[in-house]
Amino acid sequence: MELLKNEERAVFALRALYRRYGYVGYKMSQFEEYDLYVRNKDFLLSDRIITFSGSGGRLLALKPDVTLSIVKNAPDAPGAVQKLYYNENVYRDYREIMQTGLECVGDLGDYEIAEVVLLAAKSLQLLGGRFVLDISHMGLVAAILSSCGLTPVEQKQALAYLRRKNTHELKALCGGNDDAWKKLSELAACRGNDRKVLETVSRVLTTEEERQALSELEGLWRVLEGSGCAGNVCLDFSVGSDMGYYSGVVFRGYLEGIPASVLSGGQYDKLAEKMGKHCRAIGFAVYLDLLEARQEETDDSVDTLILHDGTTDTAALTLAAEAAAKDGSVLVAGAAPERRRWKRLVDLRKGAIRND
Amino acid sequence: MINIALPKGRLGEKAYAMLKESGYDCPALEQPGRKLIFENPEKGVRYFWVKPSDVAIYVERGAADLGIVGKDILLEYQPDVYELLDLRMGKCRMAVAGKKDFREPMGQTLKVATKFPNIAQSYYSGKCRDIDIIHLNGSIELAPILGLSHVIVDIVETGTTLRENDLVVYEEIVPISARLIANIASFQFKDGAIGAIRESLQKQVEREK
Repeated sequence: MELLKNEERAVFALRALYRRYGYVGYKMSQFEEYDLYVRNKDFLLSDRIITFSGSGGRLLALKPDVTLSIVKNAPDAPGAVQKLYYNENVYRDYREIMQTGLECVGDLGDYEIAEVVLLAAKSLQLLGGRFVLDISHMGLVAAILSSCGLTPVEQKQALAYLRRKNTHELKALCGGNDDAWKKLSELAACRGNDRKVLETVSRVLTTEEERQALSELEGLWRVLEGSGCAGNVCLDFSVGSDMGYYSGVVFRGYLEGIPASVLSGGQYDKLAEKMGKHCRAIGFAVYLDLLEARQEETDDSVDTLILHDGTTDTAALTLAAEAAAKDGSVLVAGAAPERRRWKRLVDLRKGAIRND
Repeated sequence: MINIALPKGRLGEKAYAMLKESGYDCPALEQPGRKLIFENPEKGVRYFWVKPSDVAIYVERGAADLGIVGKDILLEYQPDVYELLDLRMGKCRMAVAGKKDFREPMGQTLKVATKFPNIAQSYYSGKCRDIDIIHLNGSIELAPILGLSHVIVDIVETGTTLRENDLVVYEEIVPISARLIANIASFQFKDGAIGAIRESLQKQVEREK
């Protein structure tokens, strides 16, 4: 295991975690109909999709995402729940990104929602070091925005400002609308990992829809407190996703030493609805390529370097390499390689046998 | 330790003065020389001087936890960072300017010279106007004078350069000022220290209002 890179170790650990909670592996094809992504392009993290022509002129895309394919095939019978995990390379902005994650789709209840959020926290814990999982609730944020008397365009802009913690422009957007500013400034300023954050938000709520969404978040918070995870979970309403897709809890995970979020996910019932499914859905992805930032420098040194040339007998060279491989690593080369180190040199060039 | 990227030049010097007044001084930075990185371990800060247009990249990529950057750079590059405070200094505006006697040729593609192609594209897309962007890196004012473009989209501070070249502002796109930005992941683990810096700077901004 010690020879494995951080991201490779993470794949094994996360797979074991998800299997322990009854999730089964999902392997998707490399290509998917381009149309699926175009219809839901706002759901994707990047709109630069690599396309190919398939048989019969069908336009295919090199998969930029896994969630859409899973939701497309989600069960929508009452009581049916599908729990899947995956480890796939996805392609965004002409880069191959190693991603693992899970999706829970179907007739979901509060338990499944809480289970996925807890698994997100446990995933970060498994990756090691200090971590923070920021959570918010898009239903609550959307209800507050719609109660503020802002136009749909202004609501979208306000959400963008909330995501940036940009209170100065949020205030300007509210103009003289003091009620809107009171609510939104509270939402922007609230951050923390205790119940007081929820109490502060509850004081500015004015509609039943807002209170209903807050009570969902409170229920989830009680579960997190009970599980002992709340210490690393932070309520932060700047975690925002597209209101057209996400409807409930949304979250982002961070590991100390990595300058971007390594995990993101949420409840995206509206995506399922757009795809004609009568089901609920929640999931998250872990961006394993980012773990490379924590990788210690790889040690490329070898124990034995054997140098040879055209005069060296191949059988003797093979025997020498096999013998050296029994005691450690060996590199057989025609010349000393640049930028590599070795502990012992066996020089078999020009028929000589020198042992330094 | 909080790493802060300062833009080289007058804006960075003003920003450092504010940080110093807030108690985050770094005497080494005030010495003349060509060093780019300065540290005050007692105050828990490390400063770097970087090209103004690169500040957002340093912060987005986590080389700096905080940075001071013009709103023009944030609008142009849309970095994924928190925008914590409007410092209300380095005030200017992003504007469309052209020759004094200019009349927009409504039946033609509008040729726009600019250092800010994304801002220009977004502004004219909002007006459904077909434009041809000419991306220049400096002396933008020359473009309409030499007939390279119909108009320019650029930062206007006092308007002196425009006046001296017989150009005038036709439309204002957006007001610009310096902003305090933070790396999103750094904010998770250093929120106490970052919050204290933000609060202290905000008090100064409010005082100078």
